[in-house]
Amino acid sequence: MPEIKVAIQAPVGLHARPASLFVQTAKRYKSDIRVIHDERSANAKSILSVLGLGAGKGAELTIQAGGDDAEDALAALRSLISDNFGEPA
Amino acid sequence: MKHLRGIGASPGIAIGPAFIFQKVEIRVERRDASNAAREWARIEEGLKAAVAQLEALARRVHGEIGSEQAAIFEAQLQMLDDPDLLDAVRHLITDRHISAEYALQMAGEEFAQRLADLDDEYLAARAADVRDAIARVVRILLGVDDSAMTGPTEPSVIVAADLTPSDTAGLDRSKVLGFCTASGGATSHTAILARGLGLPAVVGAGEAIQSVPSRADLILDGDEGVVVVAPDDATRRVYRDRQAHVATRLAGARAQAQSPATTADGHRVEVAANIGDVASAQAALEWGAEGVGLLRTEFLFLERATLPTEEEQYAAYRAITDVMGQRPLIIRTLDIGGDKQVPYLGLAQELNPFLGWRAIRLCLAQPEVFQVQLRAILRAGHERNVRVMFPMIADVEEVRRCKLMLREAMAALDREQVPFARDMSVGIMVEIPAAAVAADILATEADFFSIGTNDLIQYSMACDRTNERVSYLYQPFHPAILRLIRQVIGAAHKAGKWVGMCGEMAGEPLAIPLLLGLGLDEFSMSPSAIPEAKRIIGSLSRDRARKFAARTMRLPTAAEIQTEAERFLDTLATPNDVPAVSVSALSSKHGRSRPRPSAGDRKR
Repeated sequence: MPEIKVAIQAPVGLHARPASLFVQTAKRYKSDIRVIHDERSANAKSILSVLGLGAGKGAELTIQAGGDDAEDALAALRSLISDNFGEPA
Repeated sequence: MKHLRGIGASPGIAIGPAFIFQKVEIRVERRDASNAAREWARIEEGLKAAVAQLEALARRVHGEIGSEQAAIFEAQLQMLDDPDLLDAVRHLITDRHISAEYALQMAGEEFAQRLADLDDEYLAARAADVRDAIARVVRILLGVDDSAMTGPTEPSVIVAADLTPSDTAGLDRSKVLGFCTASGGATSHTAILARGLGLPAVVGAGEAIQSVPSRADLILDGDEGVVVVAPDDATRRVYRDRQAHVATRLAGARAQAQSPATTADGHRVEVAANIGDVASAQAALEWGAEGVGLLRTEFLFLERATLPTEEEQYAAYRAITDVMGQRPLIIRTLDIGGDKQVPYLGLAQELNPFLGWRAIRLCLAQPEVFQVQLRAILRAGHERNVRVMFPMIADVEEVRRCKLMLREAMAALDREQVPFARDMSVGIMVEIPAAAVAADILATEADFFSIGTNDLIQYSMACDRTNERVSYLYQPFHPAILRLIRQVIGAAHKAGKWVGMCGEMAGEPLAIPLLLGLGLDEFSMSPSAIPEAKRIIGSLSRDRARKFAARTMRLPTAAEIQTEAERFLDTLATPNDVPAVSVSALSSKHGRSRPRPSAGDRKR
């Protein structure tokens, strides 16, 4: 299963608006997408599960995707995170 | 006398009896249910009803309190649509044959507990959200009446272990002096809602609040985060004095807001309110509205199976004219489209409801619907200062057809010898870029314009503000938007017509000097924004505002314009602060600085 590793730079971590954007982005793909942080794993399409990871600023995440559009999904999530969730620098 | 210490989460002082807020405990018994399909259907029905309630609540809170407060309920809506939560519920129902309510509560509690365990203030508030949202669905499934939750019968200080957003929003506000909770931090729901309501609050006061007897005398100091139980006479006097000072200042601000908005050099502009029903009309007057710049009529049409009759509509509009007296009241005709479910309007699901068959397009295509509303508005305007306004105008032909329909309604009323307003002023919303660009043409047919910035910005920048990936393009200070506004005002004034604004921008303190400088005649906003708007207008001469606008219009980006506007607003006189009265002997050692919501908080 393809996977990527990313680090969260947003000051609020993967909470609040970044979490909401992350889940909205994941929901656009058919693939099953999991986010792993500190040995916890969450469904990337569930806001409650993603918040439950408690991934703060600097958290390192592994994202795995399985399905026809897995590569696209990972690319989209990677660019969302590397763009710092669209927040101006 | 006893002092409890917490966090001052919303400023102000309340003195009154304690009301111990007891939650109506909903006991959900574990029950086996063999018909899983039936239980799941109940869940779906319960969710649907809860979503409708939350949407209505978010709308109401948005109108009456503010968008930061409404976001709480919007977040709860998202949670009720969470796939993992729903999967967990489905699993409990189908594999373990548990009844709908119990399954929902079990699954919800598991998610809430997981968030609460992470020991983070933000996540603790989200845990409270999950519990609040789930409890709402459970109450619906059990048929428990929300209104059965008991609030105080006399004005009191609400004392509670914790308050959910639904608890707070459900209390009768005329009976609430302030809030004191055992748990919670400065960013908790209670804090955010109390600030929105302008009521003092102390949160995080700890278990000690359990020792507060019902109806005990309390002093709540939201500035310092202190609660005094059964105060002695000297303490009471100190706080009464301080409260009186604050009250004088507040009364001053409100009284000032009651006088008409006038610039420092004596030029009159109108500051009006956006409202949706009779209650908000009353609130508008209390906040100093000089009129209503936008009455949304959608409330009459939503959540019902048939078209509201002419009599129903007339009664609703007339009730509002009774509150407003001879002050101007602008009634906007139906502004609805395919994003809403209104069975009797023949709406279809559309690919692009905001570019589709809605508002005036729908009304012009269904004269039988439109005529009923026009007749009701004309009748309500009899011997009152009512104006009619048509939404979503793109083209002058539409205005002509609207006016033709209005004349037909008048002719019919005349034949029936029903009294109505014969010389009603006819305005249009300018919210489609085409209307702004061709404002000179529209000004030949319309008596006034009202700029609907919320949609004007979305249509001009081609961005849906609710889509988080593009919402950054929603920029009220964008040079393109400001140029459109300048153009609309210029075209109208040239034709001798006046221009108002009823979008959120009109009540935004940063935007007011700029809009004043561009020549806007009427500012219509949510009622609670009025005193500040009048203060800003009163501290500026028209000339100074004009010069500021001219300078600002040359800047190339929204960011630079906004920075300039912030700097400019800072140069205006600020209201006097509360006179300092020493209460340091009572509380200063533990006084914590009171948190103020910053722009960053609101973004959350």
